[in-house]
Amino acid sequence: MLSINNLHVKLEEEDKEILKGVDLTVEAGKVHAIMGPNGSGKSTLSYVLSGRDGYEVTDGSATLDGDDLLELEPEERAAAGLFLAFQYPVEIPGVGNMTFLRTAVNAQRKARGEEELSAGDFLKLVREKAKALKIDADMLMRPVNVGFSGGEKKRNEILQMAMLEPRMCILDETDSGLDVDAMKLVSEGVNALRNEGRGFLVITHYQRLLDHIKPDVVHIMADGKIVKSGGPELALEVENNGYGDILAEVA
Amino acid sequence: MAHAQTKFDVTEARLADVSLPRGGRWITEAREAALARLRAMGLPGRRDEYWKFTRPDTLISADVPEAAVFDPQEAPVFDDLDKLLIVFVDGVFDADASSDLSGEGIEIERLATAGEADIHWAKDTYGVLEARGQTPVHRPLAAWNTAFATDGIVVRVTDKVSRPINMRYLHKDPTSDAILHHVVRVESGAEVTLLETGPAAARFNKSMEVDVAAGGAFHHIRSQGRDHERRAATHIFARLGTESVFKSFTLTANGVLTRNEAFIEIMGDDAVAHIAGAALGDGDFHHDDTVFITHDAVNCESRQVFKKVLRNGAVGTFQGKILVKAGAQKTDGYQISQSLLLDDDAQFLAKPELEIYADDVACSHGSTSGAIDEEALFYLRSRGVPAGEAADLLVLAFLAEAIDEIERDDIADDIRGRLEGWLARHRS
Ligand SMILES: Nc1ncnc2c1ncn2[C@@H]1O[C@H](COP(=O)(O)OP(=O)(O)O)[C@@H](O)[C@H]1O
Ligand SMILES: [Mg+2]
Repeated sequence: MLSINNLHVKLEEEDKEILKGVDLTVEAGKVHAIMGPNGSGKSTLSYVLSGRDGYEVTDGSATLDGDDLLELEPEERAAAGLFLAFQYPVEIPGVGNMTFLRTAVNAQRKARGEEELSAGDFLKLVREKAKALKIDADMLMRPVNVGFSGGEKKRNEILQMAMLEPRMCILDETDSGLDVDAMKLVSEGVNALRNEGRGFLVITHYQRLLDHIKPDVVHIMADGKIVKSGGPELALEVENNGYGDILAEVA
Repeated sequence: MAHAQTKFDVTEARLADVSLPRGGRWITEAREAALARLRAMGLPGRRDEYWKFTRPDTLISADVPEAAVFDPQEAPVFDDLDKLLIVFVDGVFDADASSDLSGEGIEIERLATAGEADIHWAKDTYGVLEARGQTPVHRPLAAWNTAFATDGIVVRVTDKVSRPINMRYLHKDPTSDAILHHVVRVESGAEVTLLETGPAAARFNKSMEVDVAAGGAFHHIRSQGRDHERRAATHIFARLGTESVFKSFTLTANGVLTRNEAFIEIMGDDAVAHIAGAALGDGDFHHDDTVFITHDAVNCESRQVFKKVLRNGAVGTFQGKILVKAGAQKTDGYQISQSLLLDDDAQFLAKPELEIYADDVACSHGSTSGAIDEEALFYLRSRGVPAGEAADLLVLAFLAEAIDEIERDDIADDIRGRLEGWLARHRS
């Protein structure tokens, strides 16, 4: 499904290479996790895949079901089924959360040549999905992410994911800033979306999210590269011993 | 050698070409007084501090710069509303196109008719509020208007009137030079909504004096028309009584030169005055909001909310003042002027001012200039919203605080629709 080959990325503004040859394949129906020290390039990878400005791909490729992602505008990537739950969700004063969701859902439907959702159907769908994430009417009416707590922002990301039903979901540190209850809500939201057609790439620092969202494969990223891949036990190893041993071993 | 012309020379030269219109006693007196005021202050000149952001030349010249007549190819603003329609074509009342000028709780007359009488209730307002507005800052174009206007409407509202009055200003002659003067008196406990729409003329000088008695409410929503080359200098003079409400919103899309002045005096306790504007300019566009609000009573609230979206060399300016007189305790004054610059060529100049002589007041003001938030834009696009639509959404969010000043939802919806239309036509 998602296939990344030898991806090299530098900053547009300065001569600083951040991704130094990333290789990664996420199959449909699988959950892959990426762990790694701060500054290793995890967020950069998620931004480059979703099309944010400021990065230059100097080598390699990234495709979603064979389509060259790097050629597409961010909105085209979204319509193709890619979704990024942001590490730092953006506040948009003046744009109501509901308007934002409806605009996004209908824009994607339109891009795919599908009918727009009627106001009634949309409302029904939002209410149902929001309820599962304990997002109340007030949060839906407020401007996007404005005045939301850390946990509310992350739940709002999962609500967007649930509404948009992407095929490939990237979650960047969705667990950071969550208390135990919120972690459970978010994980349930993600697990509810797991099916054989959908791939997940879960970026996290901590084993505890992976207790809830069981990964099929765990990758360790360091200094812009995937340095080790393995099963769920790799996450436990990180939890117990930190990154030191693994990094020493591959150095 | 010719000596440099002063603005008084310019004024006398302009006055040599014109003479005061004929009329009944009350209006002749008002016109003569206005002419004397005008002579004493002179037409605006480039050195005048109050005109430092905006060149007055083309607003006072003997020749009217031509303005092509524009066909917007859409229904007029507020076309669908149930309203009392009053049509002016290049500044001249068009009886055939207008509604019957009568309604429950309201008396409407043409200024031309009211001005024929020897005595008229309008004499207590016509030119009176304008004259009050000449201190501390001169507004000579308004004095010109009082002296030379022959048309407009004179309205007395005696009850709560739900059906809005809509003045529709059509522009058909590319060199028309229109002057209109309206007087609105809202009696105690009465309420009215006044809508103004359309480009009006190649050059338009419009003045409106609004007297709101105790407990009265005046709502004003205006859309200035999309003719690119039109010019306008408008004034609103308002005097507010105890517990009265004054709310005004203006949408300006296009127009090579627009100066909208407002002078609002809050004279009665517990009154509320809100004035807001949304201006959209792409290219040859200069838009000036000049507002002066005086608090002269206790426990009153005023809000000034002005937002401008500018691109491609468009210029927006704002001069806004809150004056709180001694004794005007518990004043709540708010002023915000902001511009969204869609490229590096656009420009916004602002002069916010507070002058406060009472100690128990809460006044705030702010002015900002900024670009589209790239982070927000990317966030929207990452959710599948195309770049153009995403930018429009952010522009509308920027304008929301001004549009929120419109109380009636159906009116706000029409204005919002016009904004969306303009944005869709002016994408990069
Ligand atoms: N826009 C940027 N400007 C400067 N440095 C950046 C920028 N984006 C990323 N970096 C740098 O790239 C490296 C990787 O950052 P990031 O992808 O955020 O790592 P992670 O998410 O793994 O913590 C860090 O050294 C970071 O400082
Ligand atoms: Mg990160």
